[in-house]
Amino acid sequence: MYQYTEFDKAFVRARAAEFRDQLGRWQTGQLTEDQFRPLRLQNGWYVQRYAPMLRVAVPYGEINAAQLKVLARIAREFDTPDAAVLAEAQATQDKLPGMAPKLTTNYGHFTTRQNVQFNWIPLAKAADVMDLLATVNMHGIQTSGNCIRNTTTDELAGVAVDEVVDPRPYAELIRQWSTLHPEFAHLPRKFKIAITGASEDRAAIGWHDVGLQLVKNEAGEVGFKVLVGGGMGRTPMNGVVFRDFLPWQDIMNYLEAVVRVYNRWGRRDNKYKARIKILVKAEGQRYVDEVETEYREILERDGGLHTIPQSELARVQAGFVQPALDLPESTDEWLAQAEATLGIEAAKTPAFARWLAQNVKPHRNLQLRAVSLSFKRPGYAPGDATADQLDAAAVLVEKYSGGEARVSHTQNLLLPWVRLDQLHALWQDAKALSVAQPNIGLLTDMIACPGGDYCALANARSIPTASAITERYQDLDELHDLGPIDLHISGCINSCGHHHSGHIGILGVDKDGKEWYQVTLGGSDGKHLSGAAGPGKVVGPSFSAAEVPDVIEAILETYKQLRAPKANGQQEAFIETLRRVGQEPFKAAANAARQPHETQTA
Amino acid sequence: MNTVTCGSAPLRANKPFDRRGRPPAKHFQLHMNIFTTQAHQAADKTGVLELANDVDPRTLDLSGITRIDLQFPTFTDGRAYSQAYLLRRRLGFAGELRATGDVLIDQLLQMQRTGFDVAVLKEGVDASAAQRQLDRYAGFYQGSAVDTQPLFAKAA
Repeated sequence: MYQYTEFDKAFVRARAAEFRDQLGRWQTGQLTEDQFRPLRLQNGWYVQRYAPMLRVAVPYGEINAAQLKVLARIAREFDTPDAAVLAEAQATQDKLPGMAPKLTTNYGHFTTRQNVQFNWIPLAKAADVMDLLATVNMHGIQTSGNCIRNTTTDELAGVAVDEVVDPRPYAELIRQWSTLHPEFAHLPRKFKIAITGASEDRAAIGWHDVGLQLVKNEAGEVGFKVLVGGGMGRTPMNGVVFRDFLPWQDIMNYLEAVVRVYNRWGRRDNKYKARIKILVKAEGQRYVDEVETEYREILERDGGLHTIPQSELARVQAGFVQPALDLPESTDEWLAQAEATLGIEAAKTPAFARWLAQNVKPHRNLQLRAVSLSFKRPGYAPGDATADQLDAAAVLVEKYSGGEARVSHTQNLLLPWVRLDQLHALWQDAKALSVAQPNIGLLTDMIACPGGDYCALANARSIPTASAITERYQDLDELHDLGPIDLHISGCINSCGHHHSGHIGILGVDKDGKEWYQVTLGGSDGKHLSGAAGPGKVVGPSFSAAEVPDVIEAILETYKQLRAPKANGQQEAFIETLRRVGQEPFKAAANAARQPHETQTA
Repeated sequence: MNTVTCGSAPLRANKPFDRRGRPPAKHFQLHMNIFTTQAHQAADKTGVLELANDVDPRTLDLSGITRIDLQFPTFTDGRAYSQAYLLRRRLGFAGELRATGDVLIDQLLQMQRTGFDVAVLKEGVDASAAQRQLDRYAGFYQGSAVDTQPLFAKAA
């Protein structure tokens, strides 16, 4: 994990002090609500449905045990609303038709952009929380607002077996370049960058404003494939390839050109048309040409001062200190012994075998594995972790993963440095913590936004729908038989739950003050199984909350009837059957699952 | 009441150390002149160009221009930052770049770093907290229009 320098640390502290100053001026009326809003947003502070929400940046998802402990402390000591606020919120939620789960407090929430959110911290305590975060080099810089957001990457970065180039040093360089960039603090709209260095795209780069894939050319030199103009929301689009190979040294110069032209040309009259994807689509080649011209001028007229020297890359690479793992010598005997012991345990305990198969990924170091702790379990919203669970997770991270973890894009916590001979012990500890569900990549490992229980923008709740589906699919044999499925749930068209990219997507819509849900099929985040990134297609008019679990079941039953064995003898995955047979049988099944009296025509 | 301290005394901030904790070789200073609306309106307009924020400054003939007034219709409309950068850095404009419109103290630092040297604070904005906003950071990662070297180049 990247080790912060004294400069980095002082910078984070200065930002906390600046925010305290701004908060104080807002509290004393020197800043109006409108003047304060962008300032608090660019520090991660939203004002949500019932309370403020804080989004803490976890740069490219890397987090250490000490940071997790501070997040636990924030959950425990600060994520508590006034009793009156909570009572009023619960009373309001209770008036909604259908299920009204109890609102929960004192927890952190892992987000799809690898950050962590809190939902109940009173704004009056905001500056204290930022100071506390700064003690472990954390902050909320640019986690919201119309600026360059946290750069995300592959959760397996630096350990993946299919990695061509470790993307983390480049992500860190981009973090530095984009942090408090004076020219790009007030863009037309938010701007998200994702970067991968593996052959499989686990960072959904096609769905980002800029997607970067590290590649090597024939000469073995490192460069970026550059995609521009992806995004979800009302008009889902995938990034267009601007460069097949941009030398790595030039990435900041190129990003500067992309963002400068966007700042100059992007629409500001309509926030739904303000993302760069709209500009790329509307201007086409003219935008590409302008970016290329701007890029040349940055190099030729400005002197290309952000060209990254080899020495700087080396310095940042060296900053990614691999944790001290005290590994025994890697001999064939040691590996054979460790594998054999694992095999014996797996044979004795099918649940352990299942966990090994589902939650444990290979590692470039044969003595190690990358292990996902699943934060998808009954009784909790996807990605939620209580204060105690965050503390307990920190202990596991310290004990089994050299003190380092990753917040994954799929809202789980990944331990990237686990010894082969400690997997069984980790499994037992994870089980005790209820984060050993062997469901990574399966239906119940769903992505969901906080939705209408917490979010001011949501049209409908996500969490009750997520829990209804989770509860229905608790039979592990059935879950495993259904195989890998990306189920993504968003409470509104802003698409924080990435419904567009789900094999099955669920989108909350509001109709006459009631919650309805559109179901889409066939979306892809861009990983191998899912195919080229692209949005799913709507199956028909929206469904009521009560209908959704039946609709999902009908779709999955259709898959079970239609799936065929593949050439390698394995069953087709859901998305493969869908691609082969098309939408029609699934649509018919979904629409047949309607409850007639609740049908509507929206 | 307008409580802005009007005049030309520069606000300044020193950069005490680089990322390795060493004092910088060259002492770099931030400064920004703060004007009231009244002072701004009273000033002589000879050689002044008022530029809307959707104009590409590279299309202009700047001969004889000594001051360019750039516009912030709202402080969240950041187009003038790119104009200032291009004028100062790309085109080498050596005259005054003046920020006008919805100019608030929490954006002064961004303005200074993109090449503005004068800011006309919005009517009613209290400038007393402005100085410490410019003093706050010991340095920045990226180069700017006026301090062009990124941190990594300075530390090298």
